[in-house]
Amino acid sequence: MSFKRFWVMFVARNKEFFRDSSALGWNFLFPFLIVVGFGVIFGGKEYNEFKVGVFPSDTEIVIVEKLSIPKAFRQTRLIQFIGVKTLSEGVEKLRHHAIDFLIKADSPTNDYWVSDTSPKGYLVEKLFHASLYSEPPPAQKQEIRAVPIRYVEWLFPGVLGMNIMFGALWGVGYIIVRYRKIGVLKRLKATPLTAFEYLSAQLLSRIVLMMFMVIVVWIGCDAIFHFKVEGSYGNIVLVFFLGSLSMCAMGLMLAARGTSEEFSSGLINFISWPMMFLSEVWFSLEGSPQWVKTVADFFPLIHLTRSVRKIMNDGAGLMNLMPEITAMLLTTAIFLALAAVLFSWNE
Amino acid sequence: MPGLLEIVNLVKKYKTLTAVDNISFSIPQGVCFGLLGPNGAGKTTTIEIIEDVISPTSGEILYKGKPRAASFREEVGIQFQKTELLSWLTIEETLKTFQSLYHKSSAIEDVIEMCQLNEIRAQYNDKVSGGQRQRLFLALALINDPDLLFLDEPSTGLDPQARHNLWDIILKIREQGKTIVLTTHYMEEAQKLCDDIAIMDHGKLIARGTPQELINTYCSDCVTDGLRAPNLEDVFIRMTGRGLRD
Repeated sequence: MSFKRFWVMFVARNKEFFRDSSALGWNFLFPFLIVVGFGVIFGGKEYNEFKVGVFPSDTEIVIVEKLSIPKAFRQTRLIQFIGVKTLSEGVEKLRHHAIDFLIKADSPTNDYWVSDTSPKGYLVEKLFHASLYSEPPPAQKQEIRAVPIRYVEWLFPGVLGMNIMFGALWGVGYIIVRYRKIGVLKRLKATPLTAFEYLSAQLLSRIVLMMFMVIVVWIGCDAIFHFKVEGSYGNIVLVFFLGSLSMCAMGLMLAARGTSEEFSSGLINFISWPMMFLSEVWFSLEGSPQWVKTVADFFPLIHLTRSVRKIMNDGAGLMNLMPEITAMLLTTAIFLALAAVLFSWNE
Repeated sequence: MPGLLEIVNLVKKYKTLTAVDNISFSIPQGVCFGLLGPNGAGKTTTIEIIEDVISPTSGEILYKGKPRAASFREEVGIQFQKTELLSWLTIEETLKTFQSLYHKSSAIEDVIEMCQLNEIRAQYNDKVSGGQRQRLFLALALINDPDLLFLDEPSTGLDPQARHNLWDIILKIREQGKTIVLTTHYMEEAQKLCDDIAIMDHGKLIARGTPQELINTYCSDCVTDGLRAPNLEDVFIRMTGRGLRD
């Protein structure tokens, strides 16, 4: 191992990245735009879980207090009431899941419509029935005090993690396959540079760039949304580093062989899309079948998003994150070992 | 006296295709050795095996009388027929990057001057013309001050001016006493640059000698238009035929 050779390849790769202004801009802009976009959509107003259509109404926006529907139902939280002109228009919206429940105003018999395939519709129906009882049956309530977590705060680590995943798989995996195809790797093979020196330079270069991206995007988004972080920023940086390392190693493994860019992009898409959807970037896997959770545990991204959220929301320390840290280190070791065994400069 | 390079019973097979078919030859030190042949003759496969870029199916390559060691790559310079370089680096940065990969190196300024890259040294690699690009590839092959230089079809795709310019540079390198192994299918190039020539076809060596020896041996009776003497191209056509090669 020659540090000099490693260093020149590291510097060369960084120059390539920073001078390609379109790629550079996109790497910073993409996560920023996603977070800001979702923040604007979900951050500024009360979040409603259910949408209930009320007809007849000339306007879509209705004054809830003036609606002639059962008072207890009208006052239920987390329901957004939407005016609908006619029954047929309302049924059409129900059919397309634009609304979850449809109710007729001024109806002495409390007429309502619900889709038999809508889970949300089923729940609203239960709420509606309960609201018709003047005296609810006795039940003991114990309320806990919870710090509200805004959706944008929950989403942010996932979006950063997703950007790291795409950056690692495309920025390491795809680039190496492309360089192999066009002969860059062959040219480097003809020098004293070893595969270990080259690959470790690619790996470290991408990790450094991604950590820089995480810090810049974090500072930018924090200036807008003022995130609450219960735990240590140092721990956040550490888990982002471990997640980046694991996913870059995965990129190296996927790029170990092959000269087809088409196959490589197909393979990366095949891995990255399930990883994104199963890694709690956009939604929690709570309540999913056990086999889905088991599959998800093989992806490093889920361990990254979970650990950052635990630090941000629960103030978790490194000891609390041992399962996630172990998983990221283990996947790194496996991916690197496979990449080292399989790597070829020109095949 | 053993050659600088000894190629012994070299074979390379790709599934059903035998690209190199049991060839043996040696290359003396200090010569410009030309490996000639039509497209698909096996020249590039042979030279890339010697360069240690691809592995042979069987056979042996000896460098200075011994199997090639890890230090082989420190001592050779290679210009590939088809290759690309790292993007978004200038020509000077590319030369410095490659220079840093070797223990021994030429001075950047000397290489830039020899390969006439001074005016474009600040340009990005992918913004240069075909001739400038070939000169850059040649400069990279020279950056470690190699004892042995491989040039695989260095002038393919160049216009006549750029080709003659490249030949002048290669002649200067030859004058420095470096051993050059060159593949080409331009007979004028081989005749101008090479001291020693081997002709390959269908993976086999079919002729070997100096340009004049090859003309005398294989083309003393060649019929020309009466205005010129037989040349290496006449030898080449006679040895490899007039059938089209793709």
